[in-house]
Amino acid sequence: MTNSRIAYAIALAALIAAPFFIYPIFLMNVMCFALFASAFNLLIGYTGLLSFGHAALFGSAAYITGHVLSKMGLPVEVAVLMGTATGAAIGLVMGLLAIRRTGIYFTMITLALAQMVYFICLQAPFTGGEDGLQGVPRGKLLGVINLSSDLNMYYVVLAIAVGSFAVIMRTVHSPFGRVMKAIKENEPRAISLGYDVNKYKLVAFVLSAALSGLAGSTKTLVFGFATLTDVHWNLSGLVVLMTLVGGLGTLLGPIVGALIIVALENKLGDFGNWLAAATSIEWFKSMGESVTMLTGLIFIICVLAFRRGIVGEISVFLKRF
Amino acid sequence: MEIFGIPWSLMLSQLLLGLVNGSFYAMMSLGLAVIFGLLNIINFAHGALFMMGAFFAWMGLNYFGINYWVALLIVPVVVGAFGILIERSMLRWLYKLDHLYGLLLTFGITLLLEGVFRSFYGVSGQPYQVPALLSGATDVGPLMMPNYRAWVVVASLTVCFATWFVIERTKIGAYLRAGTENPKMVEAFGINVPVMVSLTYGFGVALAAFAGVLAAPITQVSSLMGSNLIIVVFAVVVIGGMGSIMGSILTGLGLGVIEGFTRVFYPELSATVVFILMGLVLLIRPAGLFGKEK
Repeated sequence: MTNSRIAYAIALAALIAAPFFIYPIFLMNVMCFALFASAFNLLIGYTGLLSFGHAALFGSAAYITGHVLSKMGLPVEVAVLMGTATGAAIGLVMGLLAIRRTGIYFTMITLALAQMVYFICLQAPFTGGEDGLQGVPRGKLLGVINLSSDLNMYYVVLAIAVGSFAVIMRTVHSPFGRVMKAIKENEPRAISLGYDVNKYKLVAFVLSAALSGLAGSTKTLVFGFATLTDVHWNLSGLVVLMTLVGGLGTLLGPIVGALIIVALENKLGDFGNWLAAATSIEWFKSMGESVTMLTGLIFIICVLAFRRGIVGEISVFLKRF
Repeated sequence: MEIFGIPWSLMLSQLLLGLVNGSFYAMMSLGLAVIFGLLNIINFAHGALFMMGAFFAWMGLNYFGINYWVALLIVPVVVGAFGILIERSMLRWLYKLDHLYGLLLTFGITLLLEGVFRSFYGVSGQPYQVPALLSGATDVGPLMMPNYRAWVVVASLTVCFATWFVIERTKIGAYLRAGTENPKMVEAFGINVPVMVSLTYGFGVALAAFAGVLAAPITQVSSLMGSNLIIVVFAVVVIGGMGSIMGSILTGLGLGVIEGFTRVFYPELSATVVFILMGLVLLIRPAGLFGKEK
């Protein structure tokens, strides 16, 4: 236990120092998605529920935070809290409907309900339709700390991410987390032991939804916009991929996965240009546009050959010794 | 003549439009149900293969001069063969695992296929001419009925009911139904189940491709046409339940018609009405209209 505490302390120190070496916006982007993927992993990795509608929770929170900040002019804390609450509320409705079915149907229901949220966001008057909400001000935290400085913003995002990670870790290791895991491993047995399985599933769903909402709100703060991309099913797929690449049901997996996928999305174009310059093959220049193809390919490879994900494989490897 | 202040002709034309959409829902959810029955996999790639069908028809016409009618026959076979390839090379390894991996794999295939077509043709739609034989419209009393739309309804209903007949009333169908119930037992009787599984997947995929070719002249052929459809079809499948072939067909058609009427009475809701109905069905009858509670 002490070993892992030391590791966490080193990681935290590295994260505190990181913005002086790496572009802070990129880091914040990674942290938002790491939080989102960790929240998602709470469902798939620890309760065995595959939601394909998490973008709806992330995106609606992003919209609400943007709206509260730019149109209503309320303080930042209120905006983030309202975003998180929106995520939780939509999660409650989605969860109530989806847990009425299990397995594959659960996934289809979450996907369909998320698509409904997408259409609402497309048509509702306050979301700005195709343009989305642009130029959302960051404001001042507690009325004192000016968030328009990227460095200040970075430490706020770091605090949010670390705090949420602690919540997730506490949940997973709590008695409640053990029951979640029991449901994942063997639902009929959990029922026969007298657990009200649906109640546990619902609480897990709402918790995951609230944290996804928090991630969405934070994302709006960082970038200053909320658009239809945030509620689109593509994003739901992307968060599944992040978790899968990193390792389902591992605490660190989603974080590693988010780092890889975000880096891939942002840097693939540069990498392609570099490859084109190095090998003088013209095709590499268009690599940035073929992100979808590549994510599809990674998906296929992960499912066929690499189901434990990076962190999962490493921990299996370490256990051999 | 008017109903609730809405002219008859408008009602009828929306009814027809609803039936057209409904036939696509029916064909797609039928394919999903057939595949799910035997493979226990929800084929997310169904939408992408629908798109592929439409694109192959378009490519056939523009590059090789293959006309609509030939494409309607050939494209489902080609895409079906492609499906069998997918099943043999990838899906096969997942049958012993959790259902979720099948969904994730086919989702990956969807992204890959969409990405490939997008990198060649962009996201804008390519027009596909209505075949000469079916262009124009017929005057049927209060309504000018576009011939092609009528053909779509007739063709897809024929295919749907033929499928129903084969599965429920013939010997091949009996094998298939037996395989759905208990594949081990069927294998013990000397039926080659792995081949049956491949062919079933190929058939489901061919249905999607057939729907894609039918759709090409109605909607623009674009790389995103499939994923927009597949999510609605998922909702249709949840509403109908995948237990019954006829159930899938009727639910698909019915929901298309309901969607059409919503467009008349309250257009803002037409994109979401299927999802709202899904929520209601889940509250009242969680197993779906035709589903069996397990």
